[in-house]
Amino acid sequence: MNINLAPVLAVLTALAGGTAAAAAETPPAATVFEEDGSIAQSLSGAPGDPQAGRQTMEARGLGNCYACHLVEATPDIQFMGDIGPALDGAGSRWSAAQLRGIVADAKHTFPDSMMPSFYKSAGFLRPGEGYTAKPATEPLPPLLTAQQVEDVVSYLLSLK
Amino acid sequence: MNYAMGLAAVLSAAFGLAAPLYAASEPETVAPISINEGEIELATEAEAPAHLNGALPKIWSGWLFRDATTQSMQMDDFENPAMVFVDQGLDLWDQPDGAEGKSCADCHGSIDDSMKGVRAAMPKMSEDGTDLWSLENFVNNCRTTRMGAEAWGWSSAPMESMTLAISMASRGMPVDVAIDGPAQSWWDKGKEIYYSRYGQLQLSCANCHEDHYGDWIRADHLSQGQISGFPVYRLNGAGVVSIHERFFGCVRDTRAEPFAQGSPEFRALELYVSSRGMGLPVEGASVRH
Ligand code: HEC
Ligand code: HEC
Repeated sequence: MNINLAPVLAVLTALAGGTAAAAAETPPAATVFEEDGSIAQSLSGAPGDPQAGRQTMEARGLGNCYACHLVEATPDIQFMGDIGPALDGAGSRWSAAQLRGIVADAKHTFPDSMMPSFYKSAGFLRPGEGYTAKPATEPLPPLLTAQQVEDVVSYLLSLK
Repeated sequence: MNYAMGLAAVLSAAFGLAAPLYAASEPETVAPISINEGEIELATEAEAPAHLNGALPKIWSGWLFRDATTQSMQMDDFENPAMVFVDQGLDLWDQPDGAEGKSCADCHGSIDDSMKGVRAAMPKMSEDGTDLWSLENFVNNCRTTRMGAEAWGWSSAPMESMTLAISMASRGMPVDVAIDGPAQSWWDKGKEIYYSRYGQLQLSCANCHEDHYGDWIRADHLSQGQISGFPVYRLNGAGVVSIHERFFGCVRDTRAEPFAQGSPEFRALELYVSSRGMGLPVEGASVRH
């Protein structure tokens, strides 16, 4: 199947009320950001799992979100940074679409943000292969998969 | 959120600065590094140099951002783990090497006198004025052209010991690099690199060390990334770390392909980062975690 059809299919699946199908995934390059930086549709075409989302946020090789953010509701997590705002209440401040946009590529919501773009595969300066210092060729696998973004969004929505 | 961003825009318009949304935080105290019970005092704060155009309110040694245990190791030369390497550097200074059978001391005499102020002015233009050289280049130039010896690797053990021993001869002297004349274009290039957002994480030196010093990135307390303390002894890895090794590590950690140690890019960056620390004393042999 032609991969460029994926976003179209994602919309169709969503309209039809369909659920997770690999083909319904929107690849990074085809992701559509609204004016305010939000992304309307699920990137994976499936709902997120908040518990998996919390783990993705904690894992240093995945989100590593706590490197920069504190969540007071989870004091068990060690060494939370304070570069960005505390994420408590994120689910009240933002809609699902806005959070999806922030996690996928925060620079559409906050221009010049220091926050890394977790669902972006090209357009980097001297990209490396992970932390090996070796050069990498674009497109790179995004830092998080479509489903991981959805999981993280669903966990953030639970932070009321 | 829009309110906050609007505010930042207003502030940056008012002060002509790119004010970061989440500002850096200043160190709580700016006590000097008091070494050997006050025998030597190294200031940890200096006025920000004019060429920074207000990018930093003041400049601070990386020592201020370390924990008390790490700090105290630098406050006593007998406990400072870097001193073993300084001694190795002093031995190398006196040791003949290469086809000419000469040592550094044969040409330069005492390291304390002949190397005084050298570290504080690095990097600087090469002898023939065509290239920007780091201390390592000057050392290797003597080795290859005057001693008939082999060049040492940029961050090899003998090079790190030698640059440490040479840095000790500038201990307490303010960093004072030339950034005008033939060095100007190097400085411009270094500045461009400093603000470039490398790697898949798209992070620049400035993101961490200008916008967020004093903040925590996971378990690390961010400093201004000054190099007045280099070469440093790092507890984390238990060894000496050169300036370019540190640059390499920071760029690699943005999931990028770093420039090579000793490359023109890292020498340009070294000049620019040195210039951000002008006025801070050379620490000679510092300890970081
Ligand atoms: C390197 C630092 C960094 C990392 C890593 C990071 N963020 Fe952020 N984040 C920021 C900053 C800084 C902001 C504030 C917006 C701005 O000024 O750029 C922010 C803003 C946010 C916001 C909006 C906050 C609010 O309530 O107003 C959310 C939600 C968020 N981040 C979630 C995440 C998640 C989830 C991850 C991991 C998948 C993550 N961040 C990783 C730096 C980071
Ligand atoms: C993602 C964050 C990040 C980025 C980007 C980054 N650094 Fe660092 N850097 C650190 C951390 C963490 C440390 C260790 C704590 C400290 O000293 O700030 C460090 C330490 C340093 C130090 C040692 C300071 C000392 O006193 O021991 C220097 C020098 C430095 N960085 C320079 C740079 C330069 C130059 C760049 C860009 C080429 C850069 N860093 C990019 C996070 C970063």
